[in-house]
Amino acid sequence: MNSSTSNTKVMNRFDVTSRLIARLNNEEAVIGGIGNTNFDLWAAGHRPQNFYMLGSMGLAFPIALGVALAQPDRRVIALEGDGSLLMQLGALSTIATLRPKNLTMIVMDNGIYQITGAQPTPAAGVADVVAIATGSGLANSAWAADEEDFERLVEGSLTATEPSLIAVRIDDKPGVGTTRRDPVQIRERFMHGLGVRQPL
Amino acid sequence: MTIVEQQTPPQMSPTEPSWHSIVLQTLKRNEVSLVPYVPDRVLTPLIKALHADPFFTTFATAREEEAVGIVSGAWMGGRRGAVLMQTSGFATLANVLASLAVPYQIPLIMFVSERGTLGEFNYGQALVCRTMRPVLDSLALEHHTITRLDELEFIADRSIKQAVTTQAPVALILNPLLTGGKVFDK
Repeated sequence: MNSSTSNTKVMNRFDVTSRLIARLNNEEAVIGGIGNTNFDLWAAGHRPQNFYMLGSMGLAFPIALGVALAQPDRRVIALEGDGSLLMQLGALSTIATLRPKNLTMIVMDNGIYQITGAQPTPAAGVADVVAIATGSGLANSAWAADEEDFERLVEGSLTATEPSLIAVRIDDKPGVGTTRRDPVQIRERFMHGLGVRQPL
Repeated sequence: MTIVEQQTPPQMSPTEPSWHSIVLQTLKRNEVSLVPYVPDRVLTPLIKALHADPFFTTFATAREEEAVGIVSGAWMGGRRGAVLMQTSGFATLANVLASLAVPYQIPLIMFVSERGTLGEFNYGQALVCRTMRPVLDSLALEHHTITRLDELEFIADRSIKQAVTTQAPVALILNPLLTGGKVFDK
């Protein structure tokens, strides 16, 4: 733990994900990064506007950016783990340059690769996700101090005029559900949920 | 010694359209408007022309797989995209092809500027080039190597349409015979 996170509460991924979903009333798109991040998104209750990644570690923010660029009038939220984000830090600068108004990025930071055996990430204890994001050009980046602060930050991001990043310190618990691994159906139903296609 | 782009591809005459103007027009005709790229010397005139045309949203990404993620998201949101890269950039894509584009049936359109052949001066580029087609073939991905200006529009236009209608990725490899490539200049 480093100084900027010392006052933040350790929260639970499923709990904060459920709090996020409960606040969504406008068919916002939600992209769940690989592993526990999308398992908890799934467990929080499937929505037609949810997209679940089954691989391509680190691409939750780029995929969400693509959705945001395709549908500028829809709010897009991406959920990513700290280990996944470390795979693709350059994406933060791409998003900072393009400045989509409708993109909220949430980082679930437990400092470990929970799903592979809880090994510490190389960033654990030395790097600060919010400082990285700010340094990458995303000025609207903040640690959530506790659950109420998380909800407040989410609420603010949904009406913001620039991309927002919210970092959440979470515990080492695994996800509480398991996404059905059916990539074609996941993609097709997401496109229905976004109004791009109608079912046959 | 300097490294320069070969100015005029062999088969190009002053009255013929350039390869990059054909690519741009073909993208536009097929409503492919989102074009992230990792730059390449040979692609530079195409990248400049895309930036100059307000139809396109075009920008650099830090890695090729990031660009693949972006156009995949855009496709699901109803907007068509294509990724521009160099051979060595394609070599970073096996994971995202096998875990995102292919299993989710996303019509990922890739333009790859081919380094590593027909006068390559960097051994590493020559080696990485040899990995490209085996990776494409191992996933049974459609790919075409374009060598002739008079075939470019047909191959690009038909391949984009096939990718979209069959919901499958395609790689269009721009060979030095088409683009002039990048050569060692003494």
